[in-house]
Formats: sequence, structure tokens, C-alpha cells
Amino acid sequence: MTVTAEVGAARTRKEDARLIEGRTTWTENITLPGMLHLAILRSPVAHARITHLDTAPALREPGVVAAFCGRDVAEVQGSLPCAWPVTAEMLAPPHPPLAVDEVRHVGEAVAVVVARDRASAQDALAAVEVDYEPLPAVVDLEAALAEGAPLVHADQGSNRAYTWIFDSAQAGTGGDADAALADAEVVIRRRYRQQRLIPAFMEPRSVVVDPTGEQLTVWSSTQIPHILRFFMALILGIPEHKVRVIAPDVGGGFGGKLQVVAEEFIAFLAAQRTGKPVKYTESRSESLMSAHHGRDQIQYAELGARRDGTVTALKVHLLANMGAYLGIITPGTPLLGALMYNGIYKFPAYHFECEGVFTTTVTVDAYRGAGRPEATYLIERLMDELADELHMDPLDLRRRNWIGHGEFPYTTVSGMRYDSGNYEAATDRAMELFGYEELRKEQAARRGSGDRVQLGLGVSTYTEACGWAPSRILGQIRYAGGGWEAATVRVLPTGKVEVVTGTSPHGQGHDTAWSQIAADQLGVAFEDVEVLHGDTRIAPHGWDTYGSRSAAVGAAAVVQACQRVVEKTKPIAAHLLECDVGDVEFSEGTFRVRGTPEGGKTLADCALAVFVAHDLPPGVEPDLDAEAVYDPVNFSFPHGTHLCATEVDTETGRVSIRSYVCVDDVGKVVNPLIVEGQIHGGVAQGIAQALFEEAVYDEDGNLLTGTFVDYTPPTAADLPELVVDRTETPALDHPLGIKGVGETGTIASTPAVVNAVVDALRPYGVHDVPMPCTPERVWRAIREGGKRL
Amino acid sequence: MIPLSFGYTPPSTVDDAVRALADAGEDAKVLAGGQSLVPVLRLRLAAPSVLVDLGGIAPLRGVREEGDELVLGAMTRHADVLHDPLVARYAPLLAQATALVADRQTRYLGTVGGSLSHADPAGDLPAVALALDATMEAVGPDGARRIPAADFFVDYLTTALAPGEVLVAIRVPKRDGWGTRYEKFSRVAQSWALVGVAAAVRRDNGGIAEARVALTNMGSTPLRARAVEEALTGVPASADPLTAAAERAAEGTRPPTDVFASAEYRTHLVTVLTRRALAAAGGVHAA
Repeated sequence: MTVTAEVGAARTRKEDARLIEGRTTWTENITLPGMLHLAILRSPVAHARITHLDTAPALREPGVVAAFCGRDVAEVQGSLPCAWPVTAEMLAPPHPPLAVDEVRHVGEAVAVVVARDRASAQDALAAVEVDYEPLPAVVDLEAALAEGAPLVHADQGSNRAYTWIFDSAQAGTGGDADAALADAEVVIRRRYRQQRLIPAFMEPRSVVVDPTGEQLTVWSSTQIPHILRFFMALILGIPEHKVRVIAPDVGGGFGGKLQVVAEEFIAFLAAQRTGKPVKYTESRSESLMSAHHGRDQIQYAELGARRDGTVTALKVHLLANMGAYLGIITPGTPLLGALMYNGIYKFPAYHFECEGVFTTTVTVDAYRGAGRPEATYLIERLMDELADELHMDPLDLRRRNWIGHGEFPYTTVSGMRYDSGNYEAATDRAMELFGYEELRKEQAARRGSGDRVQLGLGVSTYTEACGWAPSRILGQIRYAGGGWEAATVRVLPTGKVEVVTGTSPHGQGHDTAWSQIAADQLGVAFEDVEVLHGDTRIAPHGWDTYGSRSAAVGAAAVVQACQRVVEKTKPIAAHLLECDVGDVEFSEGTFRVRGTPEGGKTLADCALAVFVAHDLPPGVEPDLDAEAVYDPVNFSFPHGTHLCATEVDTETGRVSIRSYVCVDDVGKVVNPLIVEGQIHGGVAQGIAQALFEEAVYDEDGNLLTGTFVDYTPPTAADLPELVVDRTETPALDHPLGIKGVGETGTIASTPAVVNAVVDALRPYGVHDVPMPCTPERVWRAIREGGKRL
Repeated sequence: MIPLSFGYTPPSTVDDAVRALADAGEDAKVLAGGQSLVPVLRLRLAAPSVLVDLGGIAPLRGVREEGDELVLGAMTRHADVLHDPLVARYAPLLAQATALVADRQTRYLGTVGGSLSHADPAGDLPAVALALDATMEAVGPDGARRIPAADFFVDYLTTALAPGEVLVAIRVPKRDGWGTRYEKFSRVAQSWALVGVAAAVRRDNGGIAEARVALTNMGSTPLRARAVEEALTGVPASADPLTAAAERAAEGTRPPTDVFASAEYRTHLVTVLTRRALAAAGGVHAA
């Protein structure tokens, strides 16, 4: 039997037909007998005391079965979890699913109506009586920390949730940043704004809670069924074995569904009060105002260097918007990048400080990349600014400072141990595909001729930390969860295989990728593998999917479980082959007597023998199944070089991306189609941050970008053709050499685009354009730059 | 979200539609493709008692010639306008602008009459109707009447149509030998115009004999750029006079400031777009 290598093959995804056609178990598609529907009345104001709230009139509306508000459930609704108290002193105000006395952001849930159909529930919301006594909105991050600023949580005494510091001198991983900056021949000082973004997953959040069975069953459009089950048990007091959480097919998350949300608890409360299954599906408007947002930081930075371009120190001070309440990893999200601000560079001194700030806005939490896009943006923008200051080519400057291929493994100034990498190879390949030198010539010509359309070249030589995460490290940084992943491989009597994974895909294609891995490991056909996930009854163990961890951690567990199946099968194969176990070798799906090419036994042969169990060696149980739990020893560090050429219309300020090249090194690739899809999607979202998207609150805390009309996510028509290529430097700590790819595109692309915009405008005296670089902002930057060609 | 409940009437003739509107009273609303109205209903920003759906009135669809005019049935879909040979021949400006209306899906459902009746100043077609000197043909309880485009757009989302009236056709004078261009500038491809400029230019002996310019989203209604038109009449078709004329594009406008752009930026942008539209319409290079 010849087995084709599946890992590395560009398989089309087995899940796509059902996902694309929508004929699947999207939560909104689930209908149960007697099911009721709930609608949520949300706060129209940013900050107010609730002085009167009466849901009784809603009960008189047609079809209404129940109505309640925060006061009705105050004793039982619990507080939504924050799993990452980043410091011992961190302020962690209560986070009620339904507001009780006070609302703190527009869109906060205030009252609930449960009715026989969705429209009736929606209609009856108008009958709920609420009076609000306004309190001051707190929107601006810097103003929120000022002396005497109005407080989001009066009883907490401050809008500062925490201050978290990393200092390389204190940590013993480097020198003193202040001293190094004082000695620096040149210091670049900048303030950048990471604007607020909305994850904008395609499928709105949806939840069904069925209280009628022995177990409470919760279907939710979530990334984290296991974590949700744990917290529902812990907070709502339901015995854990009496809760089953199912994440059926989920239509995107981008971190936005890495959350235990108010709506899940509210649906539970409604189901508990009515004794009936209850469904809630949010509208897009509700989603934009009440699902958590991402980014929203102010970055103050100082980069010190010698005149020859050698970087000597970096100092970073962040103000990170928490929103009104802490979500599951709100405080830690900005810190996910804290140890990555040094990027691929080997300067010796680093100081980082982050202040978490409460505001009367919706919770800010993970969004694709979570902390690492911000870190990458800052260092990659600063490197371009330094290059400009020193009149150096930005790639030459980077070469002077990056970790050489021969220097791995390398422990950075943040104490991260980069196992492998080859920045030279990725950069050389990207420059070649991009035509870097020719484009520089064209740029000079356009500058010379005063062309009203100027050309800019943007560079991003990024790395990031994937594979969240070694559990030991998570403990050290005060995260309440673990970072291992589990897999079970079951061999069915006919030789077909079920792979049960603790990851919870929501678009990533695990069905396909895990099938490819298991097929290779076990020597079975791709089609003969079924991947099961997202149901705590089927896959009881797992830490779910986020942080580019599924392939980097979850797939390693699959590999280990498969290897255990093989080891378990060997004694049985030996028995069937009438040889010693030590003489059995396994390759290409067949167990053979060493040195004997003929007469082997396949996994299916052994599975049938185990199934009937008529003739097994003494003491061997009739079972080939195996489990594995993989806890990574280190992060993995994908890297790459992204090059972007923008054309900037200096009259209108319009930015057009003319060409975009990305050469990524994500280690071993399981499926190139999936990897390219991840890169395309990631780059699109990174470009969106650079040029298009921003969630805007006005000074009264009203969300001005409450629909897609105002939030302006780009579509294919706004995005360039991507030239995608790869280098492959395997991760040394992963059994297959996989690094992870889910976030690389988003992390890499934003600074590449903004660097290109600024590069186009340097002759106009422009050193920055705030994101998103809208036509008006570009136009203003040119005017304020004060120089003309 | 789900709209509040409403009645629905699908008349099969214009007379039935007018009667249905009269019967339903002030809270009735005409459904003419629904690409603007249905989102408004779903956001519960409007709560009509009855929707009178013109979609089943066959004579309201299609484009025909009538003497010196093109007559577009009000229920002609954008996608049909886009591919209509008469429009291509006599009113290419309308086709150019229609190609930029929203997205493909919207263009297969939205109608020219619906778009004009909605009178969104950020919509693309109202400015085109102004630039082309179109006439709106409406039918109401008191019979039919014609309303010039210049009188049709009264205010933000408000037209001269009386509550019981239905827009049935748009009459566009045939223009042969005019150069035209619609310049649309938006934040993302499938969004409303920050600013748009509809330009039609007739050249004669190397000069500009006549120009018609109308602006999208520079006030509460589409606006004619009269100062630009006057400055252009009789000047040579070359870069400098076009640029000078375009500099006057913002005169008399009151552009909005919103989440997309400031009035100040729009005031600048309209001059650039006007210059580009005139250059394209007038066949002038390097303006």
C-alpha cells in the first residue's frame, strides 16, 4: 500500500460545502420543541443611573411569556468572568450580565422579554418602562486618567484598572532603558493611536439554552465551548457535569467570540425562569454595539540608536482602553504583545509599561492578533522613522539590527526564546518578488517630476508569538487558565478513524487539516478520518481556539495521540504477524516484520482483530484508541517580510495599494490552501485597520459607527491582489515543525501599509498619518507637513 | 432586526397603486425595490402602516424613446439601466453613475425611481437627474403631472411628491454629442459618495459651448454647480479654464460634516472631482 503524503497537500476543505451552503448547524438554525425567543432592551445612553424600570407592561403584549430586568435576577445572575487579573492590585468591578442600578455603556443589556416568537419579543421591548438619570460619559483615554475625571465605577475610586511593568534591567534580560536612551545618539519619540476596531465576524452571536433535559444544553456561536462550560458551572452554580456546551458550526470569531458573554447568561436565566428552551440571536446593530471591540490603545514610545543605525533601547508606555467592564482577557490583551515589542531585533534595553483604563464604552478584548499587532505596528513604524532620521534604507536598517540566521536560538531583551527563524531568506525573497529596487527608482522619478500621485514603499519584517501557550508561563503571568490541548483518536472496527479535538474551529478548517495529519500518521485515507469537536460531551477536554494555537498546540496533540495508537497497535500486529514486537515496523500505513516487505497488516486489519478479540496476545486489551494532552514547552515564532507599494493621490488623499508581497515563514505547512486563506484574510483585516476601519464614540459615548455603513469594512473591491510566498524554517519545539498562521497576516500588514503611506509623503514633511489613513487624514497630513514638491 | 408589523398591498396597475395609497392614508409608503426602505424598516426608523409595492406593475419597467426624450419607467432596475442601449446612446452619464450605485446585489433589486424618490443627497442618481435636466412624471389622485428635477428635490430625503403620488417615469432629454462623466468618491467601494460630481459638456469648435454640472452630497439636496457652469460657457476646452471653473464648485454649497469626512474636506474635494469630471467629459488632458 502506497500512501500519499497528506501533510503539505493543497486539499480543498471538506467542511466548505456545508458551511458555504448554510445547510448546517448554525446556532440560529436550531429549533427545539416549545422554544421561546428573547429580545434584549439595551441602554441608549453611555452612563446613567436607572431610576425607574418596570417590565410588567411588556407582559401584557401579545405572545410575551416572561420579562425581567437586572434587579429581578441580581442575586442569581453572577458576574461575568475576567480570567486574567494581571496584577494583584487590579481593579475588577462586578460585571453583571444585566445592569442592575447603573448602565456604563451604550448597548448594555437592561431588560429582557421572552416571547413565543422573535418579532413579538422585539415588539414588546417598547412597553418596558425605563428612566435614566444621566451620569458623565468617560470616553477619552488620557482625560479618563486626569485628576478629578468622572469615574466609570464610582466605588472603585479610579479609572485606572492596573499598571503593569516589564523592565529588562529588573528582569535580568537586558540593560536599563532610561540609561541607554540618555546615552543614545538619536532618539525617536512618537505617540501612536491604535484605533478601536470591531471584530465583525460574519455570523452574529447566537445562543440556545435547553433546560428540559437531564443536562442543561447550551448551543452557542462561540470560540470557547470548554471555557464557557467551566464558567457557567463556576459562576451560575450549575454542577459542571450537568452542563453540556455545544459550539456547532461557527461563522467566524476573530477573537470576538473568545468571550463569555452576557447574552449566554441571560439566555440561561430566561430558560431557567420559563422552563423552556430559549433562543437569542443578535442583530448586526446589537453586535456592533455590544460584542467586545478590539485594540484601542495610545502608545508613547522612545527608540534610541547610534548614528550608525544600531538600536540601543526601546521604551513603551501604553494606555489601554478596557471599556466599562473587564471581559475574559481584557486586562491581558495589551500585554500579549508586551514581550514582542522588540520584534526581530536584538537591542539590549527595554522598558514597557501599560495602564488599563476604564471608559464608558463596550468592553475591549481580543481581536485577531491581540496585543501583537499593536507591538508590531509600533516597532515597525519606529524603525521606518529611525531610517528616515538617519537617511538609511529601511531594509538596511533592519538588517543591521535583526537576529541573524546563525544566531538562533536567541533569547531576546524580553526574555523570549526564539527557537528558529531566517529573516534574511524571507526578506530576500520578498524583495525579489516585489521588485524593490525598481520601485525605489520609480519613486524617485515621481518625486522628481512632482507627480500628483506619489509612490510609497512600506516594510514590515515581523515576528509574533503563536501557540498559546505553555501552561507554566500562563501561570507566571497570572492567567487563570491553562494552555495545553487534548486529542483522542478512535479506531473503528472497519479501520475508519475518528479524531476528537479540544480545539473549536470557527472557519479555520480543522476538519481538513486534522484529517490530513491523522491520515499520514496512521496510514489511512484522508476520507476515512472524521474530525469531531465543539461539543463538551464528545470532546470533554480542551482549551478551544484562539491565539493561533490550534495547529501549534492542538495538532501536536493529534500527532501524539496517533503515535500512541500506532504503539498500541504494534503488539497486536506482532501477534498477527507472528513475530516479536521489537521486530514490527510501521510505515505508510502498514505494520511489517522488519526487513520483510511482503505480508504486512494494516491498521484496519488490526482494528478488526481487536473488535472481535478472538485471538489477542495475553494481557492486551481489545482497544486501539488513544488520548494525548500536549502542553507546549515554548511559544512558536512565525515571521516574515511584507512589502507594500501604495499610490497616494496627493490631491484627494486617496491611498491605493498597488502591490503587496508577503513572504511568511509559518514553519511546516499542513495545507497550503488553508495557510494562504489565513494569510489573505489576515492581511485584509490588517489593511482594514491601516486604511478603513474605526469604531468611533462621540464625546457623550454614543457609538457613531453602529452599522456597517458607518464602520466601512472593506470588501474585495477595496483590496489588492496579494503575492503570497513562503519560506519554511520548522519550529523546533513542535512535533511537525508547525508555527501557526491564524494571526500573522493581521499582525504583519498594518505597519507595512502605513509605512508605505508615510513613505509616499515624506517629501511633504509628513512623519505620520493616524489610522485609519482615510483620504481626509492623508490630505490633512500633507497640508500640515508644510512642504511642497 | 425585524421591522414592526405592516400591511402589504401589491397593486397591478398605477391606478390601483394610487387608490391603495389613498385608502391607506398618511402612514402608507411606496415600496420600489426596497434597497433603502427595507433597512430603514429593519432599524425601526420608520413604521409605515402599509407598503404599496410597485414591483408588480409591468408598465413601470423598461426604457423607451418618446420624441426627444428617453422615458425610464420608475421601476426599471439599476441593472437594466446599466445595460440599456438607449441609455448608453443618449444618456451615458446615467449609465456611468448607475454602475457605481451600491453593489451588484443592490443594483439587481433597486430601481431608478426608488432611488430618486428616496432623495438621499448622498445617492448618485439625484445629481445625475439634475445634470441631465430630467423631468419626473408622477400620478396622484388628481391625475398626472410633471415635475422638473430642479423642483423635485426639496430637502433631505424629501421630494415634491405629494403623499398620495407615485413617481411613474423619469424623462431625460436625449443628448447627442455631449461628453459626460460621473466622478464618485467614497470611503469604500460599496458605500455612499462622500462627494460626487456629475458633469455633461458639449464642445463646439475647440471651445465649451455648454456645461452642466451637479453635485452629490454637498448639501441637503443634490445641487447644480451654477458658478462652474457659468465660468465654463464659451471658454476654450483646455486645462487652465477648466481648472479655474472647477475652483468654484463649492460656491453656494453647504456640505455636511459626518463620521466619514468634514465639510472642510468636502469643500476641497469637490473642486478636485469637478476638475477631473470636466476634464473627462470635455476630453481635456492634464487638467
